[in-house]
Amino acid sequence: MAEQDFTRAALEEHLAAGRLMGVRCPSCQGLSAVPRAPCPACRGTDLQWVELSGRGTVVGFTVVHVPPTPLCAAGYGRDNPYAAAVVRLAEGPWITARLVGVDASRPETIRVGMPVRVEFLREGTRTVLAFRPEG
Amino acid sequence: MKRLARGVCLVGAGVGKFGAFPRKDSRDLFVEAVGELVASVDRGLDPGDIEALFLGNYSSDLFEHQGHLAPIVAHWVGLTPRAAVRVEDACASGGVALRQAVVAVASGLYDVVLAGGVERMTALPTEAVTDALATAGDALYEFPAGFTFPGFYAAMATAYAARYGMPYEALTAVARKNHDNGALNDKAQFGMTIREIMARRVAKARERGGPVPAWEDEREFLRDPAANPVVAWPLRLFDCSPITDGAAAVLVVAEEVARRYTDRPVRVLGTGQASDAALYGREELTSLRAAREAAAQAYAMAGVAPSRIRVAEVHDCFTIAEVLAVEDLGFFPPGQGWRAALDGETARDGRIPVNTSGGLKAKGHPVGASGVAQVVELWKQLRGEAGPRQLPGEVDLALAHNVGGTGQTCVVHILGRG
Ligand SMILES: [Zn+2]
Repeated sequence: MAEQDFTRAALEEHLAAGRLMGVRCPSCQGLSAVPRAPCPACRGTDLQWVELSGRGTVVGFTVVHVPPTPLCAAGYGRDNPYAAAVVRLAEGPWITARLVGVDASRPETIRVGMPVRVEFLREGTRTVLAFRPEG
Repeated sequence: MKRLARGVCLVGAGVGKFGAFPRKDSRDLFVEAVGELVASVDRGLDPGDIEALFLGNYSSDLFEHQGHLAPIVAHWVGLTPRAAVRVEDACASGGVALRQAVVAVASGLYDVVLAGGVERMTALPTEAVTDALATAGDALYEFPAGFTFPGFYAAMATAYAARYGMPYEALTAVARKNHDNGALNDKAQFGMTIREIMARRVAKARERGGPVPAWEDEREFLRDPAANPVVAWPLRLFDCSPITDGAAAVLVVAEEVARRYTDRPVRVLGTGQASDAALYGREELTSLRAAREAAAQAYAMAGVAPSRIRVAEVHDCFTIAEVLAVEDLGFFPPGQGWRAALDGETARDGRIPVNTSGGLKAKGHPVGASGVAQVVELWKQLRGEAGPRQLPGEVDLALAHNVGGTGQTCVVHILGRG
């Protein structure tokens, strides 16, 4: 059953449907934005998918001018840099994601602690997780 | 507290020239390092004494399309049919290979073991090297987000700056200090101070008859986006270690046979290693938990406090990494590490000299070799053989700090004069 499958493939189905989902461990209340089983904290196997609010804050970020091959192919590079961030979700767990809606040519305007909201980017057949500054 | 089951010493050490060598494969690079090692053994080494090879290598598969590297390298240095083991923990592969050699000797299984590291990186274009290095992070959750290796450390730099008020320009002090040291190291890829690099660019521009850049000083040079472009903001080119070919090796032996080789062995006093989650599994970005844990293990085993360490080689893959390292190792309190290079405290004449070899920044960073090359530098400093960069006075205790990936692996060794 797909719901019992705590894998990247399962998460990608949720993301494609526009849902940011996490995995909760009822035994220790541990919550992760990255699916994994069993629970690494208490070894509990009775895990559940939970929908997350999609709100968070930026913990750290970068603006990449020398991208890896797939993003070079997508047109990113020195003349078209992109931002990526580590985000702390309102519910607690961290996740790494693209950062959109920011001025990558003026990185000093991007702030650690900035509130952000989830967005789902379509890149080819994949859905890429992104966050955009709120308000 | 954990102790080694018996004493372990280093009795030989060698490093090849670091740089870009299109005509050399990793096996050739390793042969060069072993050549210097053999010459360093005071009473000579019969290669037949070596019982096993532990070889740090991150990714000959991706860099050279060569898997199963250890037996090939063993054959090239004349070690077959001895056991040959490749050790992979990203950029900590070399340090972990040394640790595995130490553990193997301490166990009593072997008396004489060769620990080494090698990486040949420059055969690939920069984008492909960027891809290969990024696989040291999490390929499922970090790579699709667009994180590159400099990007990971850039995120740590923004978090650190926000928490402790570090101006980004302070990071250039780390690069300047390490280039000052690298200029005194004939094995370094960039054996030049930043001022010398500047002067060379000016001379080249004159030669070409084009416009000659008019930088006032190093500060202005490093502020110039043409000379020092952004790689992953806030990190610029001179915040990043280069792409490097190179190898290093040390001879690890049981204490009871050390005198066969030398009267001046270097003793392994402490070893520690720890692991951690990818960035999304951390509690903070401003310190590496695995580094703190590995250091605590090594200090406890050696029975020494951080204040006793006389010289350290730390993993400065990026300038911010050295800032985190000097805090995680207990040399400076949290939030103060960024001032260390700026105030000259980590210079050769400072309170705790860091990266006298030039560090990964100036010496070069052939990832699988770096952890071993750090120890080769400390071997030279402890024996008073570091030439123009030899520290004055008593050098009795040294520390090596080698990080894999974004801190998912860290290994720390404490060495003393035997
Ligand atoms: Zn649990």
